[in-house]
Amino acid sequence: MLEASGIDAFYGQAHILHGVGLSVGRGEVLALLGRNGAGKSTTMKSIIGLVRPAAGSVRLDGAELAGLPPHEIARAGIGYVPEERRVFTELTVMENLSVGLQPARDSTPTWTPERLFELFPNLAEMRDRQGGRMSGGEQQMLTIARTLMGNPRVILLDEPSEGLAPVIVDQMARTVQELKRDGLTVLLSEQNLHFASAVADRATIIEKGIIRYSGTMAALAADEEARAAYLTV
Amino acid sequence: MSFFVVQFLTGLASAASLFLVACGLSIIFGVTRIVNFAHGSFYMLGAYLAATIVATLPVGIFSYWGSVLVAALVVGLIGIVVEIVVLRRIYHAPELFQLVATFGVVLVVQDLTLAIWGPADKLGPLAPGLDSAVNIGGQLLPEYDVALIILGPAVLGLLWLLFHRTRWGTLVRAATQDREMVGALGVNQRRIFTSVFFLGACLAGLGGAVQIPREPISLMMDLNVIAEVFVVVVIGGMGSILGAFLAAVIIGELNAFGILIFPEITLVLLFLVMAVVLVIRPRGLLGKPELTVGAQPAQIAAIHLPGPATKLAMGVLFAVLALVPLFAGDFLLVLLIEVMLLALFAASLHFIMGNGGMVSFGHAAYFGIGAYGAALAVVHSDSPMELALVLAPTAAGLAGLVFGWFCVRLSGVYFAMLSLAFAQIAWSVVFQWYEVTGGDDGLLGIWPSEWASDRFAFYYLSLIIVAGGVLMLRRMIFSPFGYALRAGRDSPLRSDAIGINLRHQQWASIVIAGAFAGLAGGLYAFSKGSVFPDAMSIPRSVDALVMVLLGGVDTLAGPLVGAAALIGLEDAISRFDYWRLILGLVIILICVTAPNGIVGSLKLAFAGRRERE
Repeated sequence: MLEASGIDAFYGQAHILHGVGLSVGRGEVLALLGRNGAGKSTTMKSIIGLVRPAAGSVRLDGAELAGLPPHEIARAGIGYVPEERRVFTELTVMENLSVGLQPARDSTPTWTPERLFELFPNLAEMRDRQGGRMSGGEQQMLTIARTLMGNPRVILLDEPSEGLAPVIVDQMARTVQELKRDGLTVLLSEQNLHFASAVADRATIIEKGIIRYSGTMAALAADEEARAAYLTV
Repeated sequence: MSFFVVQFLTGLASAASLFLVACGLSIIFGVTRIVNFAHGSFYMLGAYLAATIVATLPVGIFSYWGSVLVAALVVGLIGIVVEIVVLRRIYHAPELFQLVATFGVVLVVQDLTLAIWGPADKLGPLAPGLDSAVNIGGQLLPEYDVALIILGPAVLGLLWLLFHRTRWGTLVRAATQDREMVGALGVNQRRIFTSVFFLGACLAGLGGAVQIPREPISLMMDLNVIAEVFVVVVIGGMGSILGAFLAAVIIGELNAFGILIFPEITLVLLFLVMAVVLVIRPRGLLGKPELTVGAQPAQIAAIHLPGPATKLAMGVLFAVLALVPLFAGDFLLVLLIEVMLLALFAASLHFIMGNGGMVSFGHAAYFGIGAYGAALAVVHSDSPMELALVLAPTAAGLAGLVFGWFCVRLSGVYFAMLSLAFAQIAWSVVFQWYEVTGGDDGLLGIWPSEWASDRFAFYYLSLIIVAGGVLMLRRMIFSPFGYALRAGRDSPLRSDAIGINLRHQQWASIVIAGAFAGLAGGLYAFSKGSVFPDAMSIPRSVDALVMVLLGGVDTLAGPLVGAAALIGLEDAISRFDYWRLILGLVIILICVTAPNGIVGSLKLAFAGRRERE
C-alpha cells in the first residue's frame, strides 16, 4: 500500500538517508527499528514531505507523492504523528482536533471527536483543556487523535512510546492494536523492541541511513545476530 | 478635572488607529514571521483611497463609513498582490531579506502614490454626523473621537471572535505556533498566509482610512507611522493582539499627557517607557518567548581569513584609488569620495550584522549623529575640522553606548525594530529641534580646514581614513573579539556556556560600529559642506542594508562592492522622476533572485565551477 524506494535525504551538506526503501501492506503494522540517529525520523519526514527527498520515490497505492508539499501528501491519505508530538499548546483539545479535520474518505473509517474519545477516554474529560497543560501521555494521545481526524489511510507513528511511563506505553500498544483492528495501516518507528514486538507484524531495521534488515517480527525475534548487530546499544 | 478626562479620551481616540495598524503587523508576523515594513504604506494607501472614494460619493453617513470600509478592503487586495508577488518567494530567506524586500515595496508604493495623487498634502473630509464636539464639563471633545474610542475595542472584540470562534482562526493560531505541523496535517499553508496578509493589510488600511478627518494626508504618513507602530509592537509583544491594544493605549495617553508636561520631549518620554518595559519584559508586555523557526544557522557561511589573493586584490584596489586623482575629473572624485564614505558606513554595519548577526535597521542613526556631531561643533563653537572629526565618532560611539544597552537585550526582528525606533527618535529630535539643528533647513557651511579644502587633498584624506577604518574593522573581525562575536551569532547558548558574556560583546561591537559609522558621517558632512536630517532617516539606514546585501552578508569585500553598486545605481536613475520606484523594484528583484549578493553569488559561481572541474 505504502511503498518507499531509493530515498536519499540531506540536512544541508549532511547525507542522512542512503537509498532507503520500505513497504507496508494494507492493514499491516510495520516497525521501523534502529538506534538513536539511525535515520528513523528522517525517513518518516521524507515520506510526509517535511524533508524533501533528493532522490527516490514514495507511492501510496501507486500514486507518486515524493516532491509534493506536506499538505498534499497528508490529503492523499498519509497521517503523520511526530516524535516531539508538537501539540498546539495554546489550543484546547477540541481545537487541536479541529486543525486535523479533513473530509471523509470512502476507503477509510471516518473519525469524529466522539469516536476518538471512545478510543482515548482520558481526552474526553479534558475537551477544553489547553494542549500545553496536559501530561506527556495525554499529549501523545492527543497528537494521534489529531492526525486521525484527517481520516488517514496510513499513519506514521514516530516513536510513540518515547518518554512515556510504562503503564502508558502499554496503553499505547493497545491503542495501536485497536487501530490495526479497525483496518488502519501503520508505519511505526521504535527503539523499544518490546513495544514493537507487541504490535508489529514485520520489522525493517535502519542503521546510519541504510536499510539493513527486513523480515517478520517473529523472524527478528529468532535472529539474535541481527538484533545484536543493529539494535542493542 | 474635566480637562484631564478629555485629554485622556483624546489619547484613547488616537490609540485606535495605532492599534489597528499595529495589530495587523502583529498578526502577519505571528504566522509568516515577516516584519512587514510596508505596513505603513498600507496605512497611507488606506488614507488616500478613503479620501478619494468619499469625495466621489454624495455626503452622508453611509457613504463616509462605506468609503472607509471599501478603502480597507482595497488595501487588503493590494496586500494580497504584494504577498503573492514578493513575500511568497522569500518566506524561507533570512529575515534581513524579508525586511529589505518589504522596504522595496515601501519605495514602490511611495512613488506610485506620488504618481497618482501628486505631492501636495490633502485634507480629508469631516465625518458626516460626527462633525461637532461633545461638551464634557466645559471641555470639548470631537464627536469623531468618541467614534474612534468605540472603534478600537470593537475591532479588538471582533478579532477575538474571529480567532476563537471560527475554524480559520483556530488554524491561524495553530500556524502561529507551528506552521510546519499545520501543513503536515493537510492544511494548505499558502492560503493561510495569503488570507492572514489580507486581514493584516485591511487593518492597516482601516487604520489609515479612519484618520482622514484627523490629520492631513501626506506622503510622509508611511514612515512616520511605521516607527510608532514598531514601538507599539515592541512594547505590547510581537504576535499579541491584546498587547498591541494595551501598548497603543499607553502610547496614545503618553502623547496626550506628555504634550501637557513636556511639550518638547514627548519622544523622550516614549523612549523612557519603552526602555522600562524592555528591561522588565524583553518580549514586551504580553509577548511570548520567540519560537525557533526554520534552520537559519545553516545559511550562514563562514567568514574566512583573507588569503593572499584577497590581500593582493585589496592592495591593487587601494593603489588604483590612490592613482585615480592623477587623471580623473572633479565629478568622478566627488562620486568616489561618496562611495568610499558610504563603504565605511556599510562596513561598520557589516561588522555587527555579518559578524554579529545583529540586523540593525537604524544604523543611519550613528552616521547622522556623527555628521551632526561634527557639524554642530563647527557651527556652534567654531571647531576646526580635525577636532570635529574626533567628536564625530565619539558622539556616535556614545549613542551606540546608550542605544546598544537596550538593543542587546533583544534579538532577531525585535532588535531590528528597536534599532529602527531609536534611529527614528534621533531623526525626530534633529528634525524638530530647530534652534540647534536648523531642523529641515539643515546646517550649512561645514567646510574642511584650509589644508584639506582642495578636492585632491580631501580625496586623499577620505581614502586614508576609510582604508584605515576598513582595515581596523577587518583586524577586529579576526581577533578573539570577532571570533567570540561570531560564536554568539551562531549559537548564543553555547557561547554563553563557554564563558562569553554575549551581551557585553554585542554591546561593545555596537559602540565600535557606531563610532566608525559616525566617523564616516563626520567626513560626509565636510565633503558636502552641509548636513540635513535625512543623514539619519530610514532610507539612509536602508541604504546601508542594501549595500551590505548587494555585496553579500557573508563576505568582507561585500560592503565595498555594495557601496559602489548602490551609488552607481542611484547616480544612474536619479535623473528619472520616479527613481524610488526603480530602486524599489531593483531591491525587490535582488532579494528574490540573488540572496547571496554580488560578491557572494560570484564566490558561489566560482566554487561551483571549481567543483565541476
